[in-house]
Amino acid sequence: MRHIISILIENEAGALSRVSGLFSARGYNIESLTVAPTEDPTLSRMTIVSIGSDDIIEQITKQLNKLIDTVKVVDLSEAAHIERELMLVKVRATGKDREEMKRVADIFRGRIIDVTESAYVIELTGNTNKMGAFLDAIDRSLILETVRTGVCGIGRGDRILKV
Amino acid sequence: MQLTGAEIVIRCLQEEKVEHVFGYPGGSVLFIYDELFKQDQIKHILVRHEQAAVHAADAYSRSSNKIGVCLVTSGPGVTNAVTGIATAHMDSIPLVVISGQVPTAYIGQDAFQEADTVGITRPCVKHNFLVKDVKDLAETIKKAFYLAKTGRPGPVLVDIPKDITAKKCEFHYPKTISMRSYNPVVKGHTGQIKKALQLLLDAKRPMIYAGGGVILSDAADKLTKMTRLLGFPITQTLMGLGGYPATDRQSLGMLGMHGTYEANMAMQECDVLLAVGARFDDRVIGSPDHFAKVARKIIHIDIDPSSISKRVRVDVPIVGNVPDVLDELIKQIQVSEAKAEPKALASWWKQIETWRSKNSLKYKMGSDLIMPQYVVEKLYEVTGGDAFVTSDVGQHQMWAAQYYKFDKPRRWINSGGLGTMGFGLPAAMGVRFANPKATVACITGEGSIQMNIQELSTCKQFHLPVKILCLNNGYLGMVRQWQQMFHGNRYAESYVDALPDFVKLAEAYGHVGFRIDKPADVEPAIREAFVKHKNQLVFLDFQTDKTANVFPMVAAGKGLSEMILAEEEL
Repeated sequence: MRHIISILIENEAGALSRVSGLFSARGYNIESLTVAPTEDPTLSRMTIVSIGSDDIIEQITKQLNKLIDTVKVVDLSEAAHIERELMLVKVRATGKDREEMKRVADIFRGRIIDVTESAYVIELTGNTNKMGAFLDAIDRSLILETVRTGVCGIGRGDRILKV
Repeated sequence: MQLTGAEIVIRCLQEEKVEHVFGYPGGSVLFIYDELFKQDQIKHILVRHEQAAVHAADAYSRSSNKIGVCLVTSGPGVTNAVTGIATAHMDSIPLVVISGQVPTAYIGQDAFQEADTVGITRPCVKHNFLVKDVKDLAETIKKAFYLAKTGRPGPVLVDIPKDITAKKCEFHYPKTISMRSYNPVVKGHTGQIKKALQLLLDAKRPMIYAGGGVILSDAADKLTKMTRLLGFPITQTLMGLGGYPATDRQSLGMLGMHGTYEANMAMQECDVLLAVGARFDDRVIGSPDHFAKVARKIIHIDIDPSSISKRVRVDVPIVGNVPDVLDELIKQIQVSEAKAEPKALASWWKQIETWRSKNSLKYKMGSDLIMPQYVVEKLYEVTGGDAFVTSDVGQHQMWAAQYYKFDKPRRWINSGGLGTMGFGLPAAMGVRFANPKATVACITGEGSIQMNIQELSTCKQFHLPVKILCLNNGYLGMVRQWQQMFHGNRYAESYVDALPDFVKLAEAYGHVGFRIDKPADVEPAIREAFVKHKNQLVFLDFQTDKTANVFPMVAAGKGLSEMILAEEEL
């Protein structure tokens, strides 16, 4: 099962390597990992997407909690939550493709944020499925490069992860 | 008053009432050594290799519950210490390791004796710190001591760049520490404890399984009290020996790969299992699938939530400090009217006695060859079961665990989790510093002892009258045993050729050495070592049966009840 784990961790040098080291040392899988400071600059928030059985996910959350710098850990996928990632796609946009690219970007509520004679950079936000659907919808041979932030997530309503 | 970083380090150690620091000097810790030199409250123990410094500090801690402290230099000082740190980490031993680092401005420039200490040690410490500002130094050291001993204990490393030890700031040592990210649980959940008691009282075939957590948390008395109140059988892991008196009738001895027949059978066949400060590791329960074949309810008391339901599913988890949880459990047992059903318990004991009557630790003794088990039995007799026994790793370690009956906690000092050869001799040194009058025996083999033999020199310098019992069979015995059993008798590299003359070697270091090759000489030699040479280090080189194997044995990946009991079954 795919799980989204959110972690509040002290914003200390090496905190990221403690987390990533834990995953590699214990053979856990990381699909994506994002990290940035929160509104409180002494705290970082990480979102990790991992795939594993319930037993493994339970161990992952326990092991993350065991790290001395970890303040809180929550498995967002246990209840209602929202997840988003951001993708930038550079595509070839010449001739008739130029118009088609604009149309598809509009359908996916993407924004064209850089325009040159031959290329667009399209910015797209959404969940992981939407990113995949967009890439499937355009002609693969026109993709020049893509970059994704990985998933970040937040609980719905009163589910709050805070110190 | 403004103090230098080096002065602050020493002041912090003094505030923590540290009496001994095990270490080895080098470039980046020179300021700290300079301050050590100027005071006499803390005694520095100069080892001959950093690995030994950590093992000694580790055993100092294991044998006393004081926090062991070591001090090493940057680069190779630290990398040499890593084996010791990992050893302590695997057995959850509280340690504070202070390491020097190249000056802040040189970090990352491949400076002389630079190593990424925080990076290298990260997976084998409870936590580590790199101090980047002298103002953070005192609080960091306080945190290191706090983290090392609270919760599930472990080694904590503080890496201090050389320039930080020279810079000055106001010294203030915090009295207490609170960390928003670290709040270990102490008391167990009362409701869970109640549930556990109900399960225990309803049990037909109950069993208690106790591990190193009992020793680490000083819970042996409480475990003993509870076990006697319940009248249940108890087994201990390699790390838990001494947590319950081995000579008591309710003790079934050690379980696991080389556990007794009765302990392993009872563990497998019980219907309610109470696990106390133990972690169901592979050397203890064998194959988890085979273990799960018998339906049983499992109650697990542990301070570390991640130890619970890691290898086996647990029915009643109790997260808490073992003595606190046992206190509550004892209280509830005492107020509860209910008792375990005596008839069921009696018939369970009858079954256990049948298993026990197999006498699975018996061995054949001739008049020509010294059996290694016999040496341990004689050591037990001569020392009245009251010695601190350290060991290295291999066959001798298992024989020591099987034949020396530990009635008290913190007497059996061995590397259980990591299985570190070379642990025994430096460990014996650490024990002796923590317990200056104690009788200390190091049971070792001719392979292991050579992994830290240089410490004979440290023993001479500090007059440590350790008794080394080398069970010399000329083989890396446990490797040979596995090769015999699982690799068609192909003894690849397990023969230790070109052994030194250990008697002469001991003498060269200024100690006493004996070689013993006849069974009849075993006891007199041990007696002479412990009585006549009470105040000297004696190296007893026992020429033992080269073919002796450790039994019972549960082969790796097999089930607990699938034991090989003797040579004839191979």
